[in-house]
Amino acid sequence: MTNSFADFGKAKMIFVIGSNMTEAHPVAATFVKDAVLAGARLIVADPRRTPLVDFAERHVQHKVGSDVALLNSIMYVLISENLYNKDYVDSRCSGFKELKAKVMEYPPEKAAKICGITADAIHDLARELASVKPAMLMYTLGITEHTCGVNNVLSCANLQMLLGNVGVECGGVNPIRGQNNVQGACDMGALPNVFHGYQRVDNPENRTKFEKAWNVKDLPAKPGLMLPQMVEAVGEGKIKGFYIFGENLANTEPDIRHVEHCLKSAEFLVCQDIFPTETTKFAHVILPAAAWSENDGTFTSSERRVNRVRTAHPAPGDAKPNWWIFKEIAKRMGHVWTSNSAREIWDNEIAAFGPSMAGIKYARLENDGLQWPCPNEDHPGTFFLHKDRFASGLGKLVPVEWTPPAEVPDDEYPLVLSTGRRLYHYHTRTMTGRSGGLNDLLREERADISAEDANARGIEHGEMISVRSRRGEVVVRANVTDMIPPGLVWMAFHFREGNANWLTNPVYDPTCQTAEYKACAVQIGKLT
Amino acid sequence: MDKTTFILNGKETAFTPGQTILEAARNVGVTIPTLCHLKGSTATGACRVCLVDVKGARTLMASCSTPVTPGMEVTTNNERVLKTRKLIVELLLSSGHHDCIVCEANGNCRLQDLAYECKITELKFPRPDTCYPTESENPLIVRDFSRCILCGRCVQACNEVVVNRAITLGYRGSKSKVATGGDGSYSDGDSECVFCGQCVEVCPVGALTEKKAKGMGRPWETRKIRTTCPYCGVGCQQLLHVKDGRIAKVTAVEGAEPNQGRLCVKGRFGYDFLYSEERLKTPLIRQENGDFKEASWDEALDLVVSKFKGIIEKHGSDAVAGVSCARSINEDSYQMQKLFRAVFKSNNIDHCART
Ligand code: SF4
Ligand code: SF4
Ligand code: SF4
Ligand code: FES
Repeated sequence: MTNSFADFGKAKMIFVIGSNMTEAHPVAATFVKDAVLAGARLIVADPRRTPLVDFAERHVQHKVGSDVALLNSIMYVLISENLYNKDYVDSRCSGFKELKAKVMEYPPEKAAKICGITADAIHDLARELASVKPAMLMYTLGITEHTCGVNNVLSCANLQMLLGNVGVECGGVNPIRGQNNVQGACDMGALPNVFHGYQRVDNPENRTKFEKAWNVKDLPAKPGLMLPQMVEAVGEGKIKGFYIFGENLANTEPDIRHVEHCLKSAEFLVCQDIFPTETTKFAHVILPAAAWSENDGTFTSSERRVNRVRTAHPAPGDAKPNWWIFKEIAKRMGHVWTSNSAREIWDNEIAAFGPSMAGIKYARLENDGLQWPCPNEDHPGTFFLHKDRFASGLGKLVPVEWTPPAEVPDDEYPLVLSTGRRLYHYHTRTMTGRSGGLNDLLREERADISAEDANARGIEHGEMISVRSRRGEVVVRANVTDMIPPGLVWMAFHFREGNANWLTNPVYDPTCQTAEYKACAVQIGKLT
Repeated sequence: MDKTTFILNGKETAFTPGQTILEAARNVGVTIPTLCHLKGSTATGACRVCLVDVKGARTLMASCSTPVTPGMEVTTNNERVLKTRKLIVELLLSSGHHDCIVCEANGNCRLQDLAYECKITELKFPRPDTCYPTESENPLIVRDFSRCILCGRCVQACNEVVVNRAITLGYRGSKSKVATGGDGSYSDGDSECVFCGQCVEVCPVGALTEKKAKGMGRPWETRKIRTTCPYCGVGCQQLLHVKDGRIAKVTAVEGAEPNQGRLCVKGRFGYDFLYSEERLKTPLIRQENGDFKEASWDEALDLVVSKFKGIIEKHGSDAVAGVSCARSINEDSYQMQKLFRAVFKSNNIDHCART
């Protein structure tokens, strides 16, 4: 996020797009609700009637996968009615002309058809957004989990820059991260193209720096494969040794059948985890790891805040901290790593060789942590990004074209399936499924459908139905709810039985390889 | 006299216009006990424990809801205040079944503290024979109405802090009760409760407690360890209450960024997976017949190393790949990418940032 959670409660205008915050990030949502009680205005754009809509002055229920059209059209109105922040765009941004040319192709009348809403709704939304300064934009996976995910993100950024809302308190572009340490895993260089702190591997200076830091030669220059490509390559036999740390790929990746086929093909699969999972079944070696609260360390939250995680008690049996396991493997291959605790790893390596985190040391993390960038030990951390100037100089406005999801409904599969998380569980339930009480609150997967679609098929609320896509079929309980507009089916991936990923489409954003979890075509029907 | 001062216990004291007597007093270190007052929400004045003597006022005033005015003369600790406060606490003590020994809140109860501070040594008034029955149908929170002092903090927290609007003060007079929509269990169909547990967090007595914490440790037996929630990317700050190597319960850290004393259902109640019998406790190696056999760390790690070495020698560094974990600590992800880059010489390292 460019901004901080503390802004949520103070914001005057909030635009939430593609985020069911009350279930996925409940505490963040409480601050949005507080802001509304204190007089802030809230606009929600979401295909579903999410609980936050109760607090919104406007709900735009656009179609799944039409975000770019909606956002471009909002910008059309802002530019044609001169409601954008001209001074800001002139002095701080580049690419306005190109952006303008593109968004002018999206008059509300045209976009309205793509989005399944009225042109007036787009006009009004644009005017409302422009009427309060600054406005804060938040999004989640509803924006990113599409084949056009990167374009969706760029559109959000375009909109906020056009309004002059980036680089100020209570403004910005704010993706709330789904997992506790996705931000951190990225920051730490668990990505194929960068060392930690986003230092690119294809830059020779960076490689030289890390060759010295790690006392090695010939660090690889070519960016590696992204996760979906790895899984494919494992299936094709190009990757022979596959090491999975903590992820339950067999349930979380789209098209479970295909993923399992790939995992089965690995010549040697290592799984390092705290529980046996559907994925560890395919392993040749399983390494037992210490869990959260069984060792010291840090997480980095969505607001770039590095927070301490502390030890409450030792790990069970022979389970070991993950960092120790990696260090032992390195040692057996002739590499002696000197750091011998999470604290030493952070202070002596991560801070030492990551300029944006150089000022973050364990000694400074006792209370509320620190938000990077934090370049030196006197730096208080950064509450919001891009103040006065963008990190890269000028804020780049990037024209983007709307593209439909890879698979759209047709006669055979007439409904759109969209997926996500529910309140009482987390991902594949390896943790929540084993925490007392949470299973009692939600025991099984459900398919949320509209009353219209249920009636048309004679489906009663609560009956078991079949949901089928080109990739598979699941049998789940129908949950008829007014959260869902006609034409949409919504499911989660918490349970193995009825997991939406038997159905989802393994197609990916070409740039970042995020899967299109949010849109594929399905049919539903009564059990025969 | 300066416009923005008042007289507090005989001393000229500065205040900021708009402050309540309670806030102005706390500002200069004068403590006034409170029960129903909940920072950040509208004062209800329900408990009257915070009464003070304001010169010229006919009755004692609730300091949590009375704004200071310039020149106001306030006494917080005279005979009249202390006597009235004691009486109020005595009445509260007899309003329900406050038998501390068997109460989950023993040692963590504002009413117990107040009774002690007021030097109460016996129960003056008879306690009621009947109370509403305890609600413990829901899986996570015990609602013991016999210990509820109707302070309204839970209602304030639910409606004004986390804004889930699941409970209200229902019925009237002696029938008063905190109720969900439909006045059933928290988990009933028509209840809006989302089990964030904020009501438990703010309940000053033993009326709302965590079911899973029962018998797991008294407040004076547990170590409180600050940590960060392992679920979503908000990064809420938690206090783990730990006894004998086990988390007894989880509460929120007051006043901490980003969560300001709040948690959600997963952060508050999703911790005991740690103690599941299914935890992996020893390295496992797959045998010819497909079954896993237990192994030592040396066996398992030697096997990993020999296999990866063999694959890299035969097929090159591009033939290995690794997926790191977006749930685990930074230091683990750092080590894993270092292992792949520095040792395996491969940039085939990623994690599921994309789900
Ligand atoms: S658990 Fe949360 S939602 Fe439920 S009554 Fe308590 S405060 Fe309200
Ligand atoms: S349940 Fe607790 S917080 Fe709620 S009114 Fe009763 S005593 Fe007060
Ligand atoms: S308590 Fe809830 S909102 Fe806070 S970090 Fe944990 S899962 Fe997220
Ligand atoms: S604390 Fe003031 S009336 Fe209860």
